[in-house]
Amino acid sequence: MAAIDTTLTRKPPSSSSHQAVARVSKAILRNRKATLGLVMFLILLFVALFPDLITSKPWNESVVPPAVIAQCQQDAVAAGKVPNCSQFPPTWPDYPLGTTQLNYDVLSQLVHATGVTLFTTLLISLLVTAISVVVGVTAAYAGGRGDLGLSFTTDVFLVIPALPLLIVLSTYLASGGIAAIVFVMTITSWAFGARQLRAQGMSIRSKEFLEAARVRGERSWYVIFAEILPNMLPLIVAAFLGTSVYVVATMAGLQFLGFGNVGDTLTWGTMIYQSQQSMALESGNIWWLLSPIIAVAFLGTSFALLNYAFDEIANPALRKSNRRRRAQPAA
Amino acid sequence: MRFIGRRMALFLLTLWAALTLNFIIPRLMPGDAALAMWSHIHNATPAQLAALEAEFGAAGQNPVVAYFGYLGNCLTLNFGVTTDQVPVVTKIMQGLPWTIGLVGVSTVIAFALGTLLGMYGAWRRGSWTDNLLSPLLFIVTTFPIFFLGLVLLLVFGVALHWFPTNHPYSTPPTLSVASVADIGYHAFLPAVTLVLAAAGGWIYTMRNNMIATLSEDYVRMARAKGLSSWRIMVSYSARNAILPNLTGFAMQMGFILGGSILVEYIYSYQGLGYLFYQGTSSRDLPLQQALFLLYTVAVLIFVLLADFLTAWLDPRTRTA
Repeated sequence: MAAIDTTLTRKPPSSSSHQAVARVSKAILRNRKATLGLVMFLILLFVALFPDLITSKPWNESVVPPAVIAQCQQDAVAAGKVPNCSQFPPTWPDYPLGTTQLNYDVLSQLVHATGVTLFTTLLISLLVTAISVVVGVTAAYAGGRGDLGLSFTTDVFLVIPALPLLIVLSTYLASGGIAAIVFVMTITSWAFGARQLRAQGMSIRSKEFLEAARVRGERSWYVIFAEILPNMLPLIVAAFLGTSVYVVATMAGLQFLGFGNVGDTLTWGTMIYQSQQSMALESGNIWWLLSPIIAVAFLGTSFALLNYAFDEIANPALRKSNRRRRAQPAA
Repeated sequence: MRFIGRRMALFLLTLWAALTLNFIIPRLMPGDAALAMWSHIHNATPAQLAALEAEFGAAGQNPVVAYFGYLGNCLTLNFGVTTDQVPVVTKIMQGLPWTIGLVGVSTVIAFALGTLLGMYGAWRRGSWTDNLLSPLLFIVTTFPIFFLGLVLLLVFGVALHWFPTNHPYSTPPTLSVASVADIGYHAFLPAVTLVLAAAGGWIYTMRNNMIATLSEDYVRMARAKGLSSWRIMVSYSARNAILPNLTGFAMQMGFILGGSILVEYIYSYQGLGYLFYQGTSSRDLPLQQALFLLYTVAVLIFVLLADFLTAWLDPRTRTA
């Protein structure tokens, strides 16, 4: 039996997960895009984990001293104007990004929202990827009717436009809190990954090492967890990163429109919505609107850079090889 | 023929699934949708509540009868009336031309631009388009659409006053040259937003597909035959590389239609997306339901067209 094992179970080199992790981390450090993406992500993670190191001010209390507001009101009355003493412009170091309509510190809000946004995004992406893997790999492994049913369900979810569906669902779940957002984001986003992973699963289905495992009489769960999934790891990570790019943008877009903002949970999307509602732009309080928008783009870009680089790592054909290409008589 | 039959069957099945989903959602969700909406109508009458309950479900209703009634209404385009008592179909017809124009033009531009740049980038790897322009457009694509829309609006609309910041036109549209120019002028920023949001993805996938086809034997064969490089690039490599992109094109329509909601909201562009936003904000469920269905059907039709086009361009798929 041992002899058969060694001859029949030759796996591709990537199947040892230890080696795969080492290979991936080396590749990330070597790839400039990946390094940049990782650094951007780590910066946000740092802000999310240690908000007190960035700012010690509360995010949900007025930070403008009552004396300043009283002075402002006096001045306005003296000048014969309607007193409008909120949304103070940026003042270093008191409130570097200005204040909101309730005179909360925008920087503190931004920092506080970093954690909520980041962890919600990661949670949704993890759930989405998990569903994609389960549906995609099961469909590929089961084949036959099971595959037909799962593929059809995937196709249906794939063609239904996600943002409109999200908006429809969020009208009904407005009172459900952040869990409702996680739920609707998850069920509207898994189809794309499931289809990709099914295709990949189909392509390794007939590989020899799987045939060998089946001949050895291994159980299905062993084949799936020990043989199929490790080989699909790069693609699963790529699916996770791609999903994250999408989730960041979509959640913020939904909240920007005013749907899916829940109570006292402050995300970047909710900040954008609130600043729009309070006419931040018209009041010249531009950073209240711009800073969360830039933060969303920053997080999205960090995931996108990692994803872009990961495609190159997983697919060697895409790597740059200028010298060889230039040598070809292209023109 | 068999291929077309199978595709049509999938189309009809998906259409049925989407219709059913649209029927189920208001009934599955917590709360009484009909009652919630009825309370939003000014001077509402009990007759209106009965009509809403027929559409969105109520206690004690026979779900089977309601379901077939709903399917019949959808097939006859009878979507009821909005909260301000205008037929939903009338409202949709008012918004439809603006969205078709905006989304249609920008999608075609994005697809053409992306495919050409992707093709050229793969052909001349390491050139400045490949090293600078394409990655730049790809990064821009990953920005949220509302980010692009707001930044363009702030810079070119609010700060520089180069372009209008809202509405699809300033004088009621006619067929004169001035009116068409006015419409184009108003559509410029929203269209650029959608093009920027979509083009990068096309470049990226086209470039990757093209790199794969360039290493195929038939391309080497074409080189060996001494064919012109233009011909190798366009009719050998690109023709095959574009096939997966056609299916992607149809799938992208869902993303673009979703994006058009955000863009139309940002630019107060009174198309379907703006209508959808308004319908949702004011809890106008018949309007919201009909538009959601319309979006889904539009994507489905594009998927079907892309399948036929792929089959026409690639004989291999006809037997698959």
